[in-house]
Amino acid sequence: MRENSENLEEAVSIRAADKVFNPDSDNEVQALLGIDLDIKEGDFISLIGPSGCGKSTLLRLIADLLVPTAGEVKVFGKTANQARLDQDYGMVFQHSGLFDWRDVSANIELPLELKGWSKADRQARSKEMLELVRLEEFKDHYPRQLSGGMQQRVSIARALSFEPRLLLMDEPFGALDEMTREHMQVELLRIWRETGTTVVFVTHSIPEAAFLSSKVVVLSPRPGRIHSEITVDLGDRTDQTREDPEFFQATTEVREALRAVEAG
Amino acid sequence: MTKRKAIKTAFTVIVSLVLLVLLWEGYKWMGQQTEDHWPGTQLGLPVSTDDLTMPHASDIFNELTDEIRAGRETLPMTVYLAKKAAFTFLEAAIGFSLGVIVGLMLAIFMLRWRFAEKGFLPWINVSQTVPLIALAPIVVTWARLQGYPDMVGISLIATYLTFFPVAVSGLRGLQSPDSSDVELMRSYAASWSSTLIKLRLPAARPFLFPAFKLAATLSVVGSIVGEISIGTKTGLGRAILDFAQRYSVWPERLYSSVIAASLLGLFVFGLVNAAEWFFIKRGREVLK
Repeated sequence: MRENSENLEEAVSIRAADKVFNPDSDNEVQALLGIDLDIKEGDFISLIGPSGCGKSTLLRLIADLLVPTAGEVKVFGKTANQARLDQDYGMVFQHSGLFDWRDVSANIELPLELKGWSKADRQARSKEMLELVRLEEFKDHYPRQLSGGMQQRVSIARALSFEPRLLLMDEPFGALDEMTREHMQVELLRIWRETGTTVVFVTHSIPEAAFLSSKVVVLSPRPGRIHSEITVDLGDRTDQTREDPEFFQATTEVREALRAVEAG
Repeated sequence: MTKRKAIKTAFTVIVSLVLLVLLWEGYKWMGQQTEDHWPGTQLGLPVSTDDLTMPHASDIFNELTDEIRAGRETLPMTVYLAKKAAFTFLEAAIGFSLGVIVGLMLAIFMLRWRFAEKGFLPWINVSQTVPLIALAPIVVTWARLQGYPDMVGISLIATYLTFFPVAVSGLRGLQSPDSSDVELMRSYAASWSSTLIKLRLPAARPFLFPAFKLAATLSVVGSIVGEISIGTKTGLGRAILDFAQRYSVWPERLYSSVIAASLLGLFVFGLVNAAEWFFIKRGREVLK
């Protein structure tokens, strides 16, 4: 069913969404204004924009971690709230957010534990997930014993452990060094292809957005609005792709959109 | 703990004990030479160095192995003190356990309802400004009037001292997770109690164990003060009270009971340390 309906069903559909923080007070902030956005199932969408443009806020509206002040957010045709309760999405934050008192497998098993899975099922799934992110031999390690890139891989494994159809990522590679970051991007694309999960990815890196996405959504700040949507098609990407003229062209397009945003 | 580390710890303990004895005896010797004045001055020493005020360290240690008559039987001092200490330990352990339970419950209550934090925290702070010496007889008298053994009242006094650090540090620890950790639990549609059990309580452990260590030593202090202020029949407080009355005859005895009290404090501190190692640090050393 999921395969058949690919590119037909909307994974996320946002209509006229506004978000105001601290309404009717002195420090009222209009974070988002009139957001319309459709994300098709199987897409890889990046949200990019200068700081304060509300890209993380937008991600949190989809996740139902924040509620829009006006407008509507639908995830797989349901309200965002229902989608969260049904655990239709997994989330990855900038700081891996692994619990340092749990070893790698126990971290990956956390959402399964909360769902009441049996121990045997949990172990089987965390083993699969560790294979997916290629960290099999680190299953008994504690987060502090891992590098930043490895921690982020565990975090991805945890987010995907219950096979959500949507993966929400909030600057997941923001704290990594450049080489690790590029490696993680290739890994993420491999995982995206292998699992067929829809990804919404918040970043402030132009090459990262251009390299990963099928569509880059550029936001402008104060109040946060969608400035433009740029479709990217780099086909199967490898590290070699970063030296292709098509990649250069895609980054240029995103960069110019951001310059237009800055110019107001 | 590795063997190497254990040897190092034991070595440190022995060296500091030796230094303490040397300091004691050195000061005493100096005072004896100068008739209790700072050398070369007319300034008096803060503590007199005669054998009544400062018995020789060797006399105090000898006293520990000497025999003492307790009722009809005669016991070595160590055994006598150990028996008293065991009783005090029991009171302290009950007080500590109750204090931890009450403290944690208060912390969770204040976490759940912000108004409780605003309303309770000042009173929790005020509670600790009441002098223990004044409070102890009141609590024990209440317990006595209701027909409870003195032990109950004394344990309650220990509870009164121990709940405080647990409640205050516990609240800080429960509030310590990053907002993204809380968001993560929310993204799993985790209930408030699952978030408490899977995230907040484990995250609070590094805040709780230092509080437990403080609470453990306070529970011993609370029990002894409780015993002394109501004059129980047994416990280290009783021993201290008895020996204090005969201080002019047998000063070594009071010192030996003081040593017993501090050893008991060290013992409970060590127990909490062991628990901390078991619950937090075991197998989690960062690989180099």
